[in-house]
Amino acid sequence: MSTKRAQKGSFESSLKRLEEIVDSLEAGKVSLDEAVELYEEGIRLSRECAERLKATELKIRKLAKSAGEDLEHEEADKE
Amino acid sequence: MATNEKATMNDAPQALSVSDITRQIKASLEQRFGRIWVQGEISNFKHHTSGHMYFTLKDESAQISAVMWRSRIASLLFTPEDGMKVIARGGITVYPPRGNYQIDVEQLTPVGLGELQVAFERLKRKLAAEGLFDESSKRPLPRFPSRIGIITSETGAALQDLRTVLARRFPSIDVVLLPVRVQGVGAAEEIAEALHRMNRYGGADVIIVARGGGSLEDLWAFNEEIVARAIAASRTPVVSAVGHEIDFTIADFVADLRAPTPSAAAEMVVPDRNEILDVLRNYEYTMRQEALQLIEGHRARVNGLVSSYELNRPKDMVREFAQKLDELTRVHAMHTSHLFDRTKQSYDALRKRLAGVSPEGILQRGYAIVRRGDAVISRARLLHHEDETTLQFQDGSVKAKVQ
Repeated sequence: MSTKRAQKGSFESSLKRLEEIVDSLEAGKVSLDEAVELYEEGIRLSRECAERLKATELKIRKLAKSAGEDLEHEEADKE
Repeated sequence: MATNEKATMNDAPQALSVSDITRQIKASLEQRFGRIWVQGEISNFKHHTSGHMYFTLKDESAQISAVMWRSRIASLLFTPEDGMKVIARGGITVYPPRGNYQIDVEQLTPVGLGELQVAFERLKRKLAAEGLFDESSKRPLPRFPSRIGIITSETGAALQDLRTVLARRFPSIDVVLLPVRVQGVGAAEEIAEALHRMNRYGGADVIIVARGGGSLEDLWAFNEEIVARAIAASRTPVVSAVGHEIDFTIADFVADLRAPTPSAAAEMVVPDRNEILDVLRNYEYTMRQEALQLIEGHRARVNGLVSSYELNRPKDMVREFAQKLDELTRVHAMHTSHLFDRTKQSYDALRKRLAGVSPEGILQRGYAIVRRGDAVISRARLLHHEDETTLQFQDGSVKAKVQ
């Protein structure tokens, strides 16, 4: 997976890629160069995932009732 | 007056035929009301041999004729009887031959508890037989959903519960709400339509259909076939979260996952942020350990090679040669010194022999050298009477006169 795709991927795909990397490293069947690359990619993915978990405010949007599939924004206010 | 009368006469509406007025009434009523829900009590129930059902819906002060055609009776989950309270969904139609209006019933839902339970069991059996509850048809939930679709009342407790738990466990989650009525007439249709819409929208990777606790009647929309079919048809996995732990609805059986409460649904659908952060930390630790171990492994291999016998053989050879060289040097030195000693001995012997033949050596053996002036006199005839001579001995010289 390229860097660009990894950044655009969902949280799940990032985490899945991270799991693959950890598995490959654990299996120990990679060359030293590959291992270094995998390690760097893994750490970057891990930091990205952690970053995505940082949001503290839940946002709820409302799917418009109209025929279109547009999303209307709703303030995540606590009624 | 006359003019008025005349005018009246001239403007007198033309008499309509009975058919005309009936047609107008029919058009007017049918357009005005469209699809309606009517609650009332069944009376004069007749199941005609043709298969159609005819009855009257009534309350304390009014009544309306009702007909349910044979084709729709297949969806009926209970047997209507006089005295039953029901909700009929359908349209108002006018039957010209009799000049009466009636409700053309599409769907009949019981209101009484007993009838509801019967209807529940019948629908459950029917859908089970169709395989809608099969475990094999359950779609797996995403482990880490990025967007959740919620179908519930905008003002209900269920949404608040969902909001609270989602905000606590995974606040970065994207939530899309499709507000619906969750009880009362038309609620089931709204919920079913919302499920279809959420699927058409396609952005949610899991859908929660939720409603807070309530009586069997309150929860009834989730026991209706239209909702069950919409859940079964959903491409996106559906989690049902209706009522309390003890409440089971048909939606629960069809859903891919049944959550006992809305709060529980939120817990089942999203992971806990802190748990994921722990997982990430573990992954980082593992990756670091594995990478270090790999590097250490390579280092050990390199060290192993460096200290291997084969790689060190040339060095050993050099050392061996050096040692040999030292040895040779020593041997050579030894030989050289022997030679010197021998040469010195020879020299000393020669020197002694030489000393034996030198003048000093002769003097030491008792001979003396006779000189006249500086000249050495080696023959007696060379001396004459009264010659002044010098006699040199080994320890010194004396003067002598020849006689």
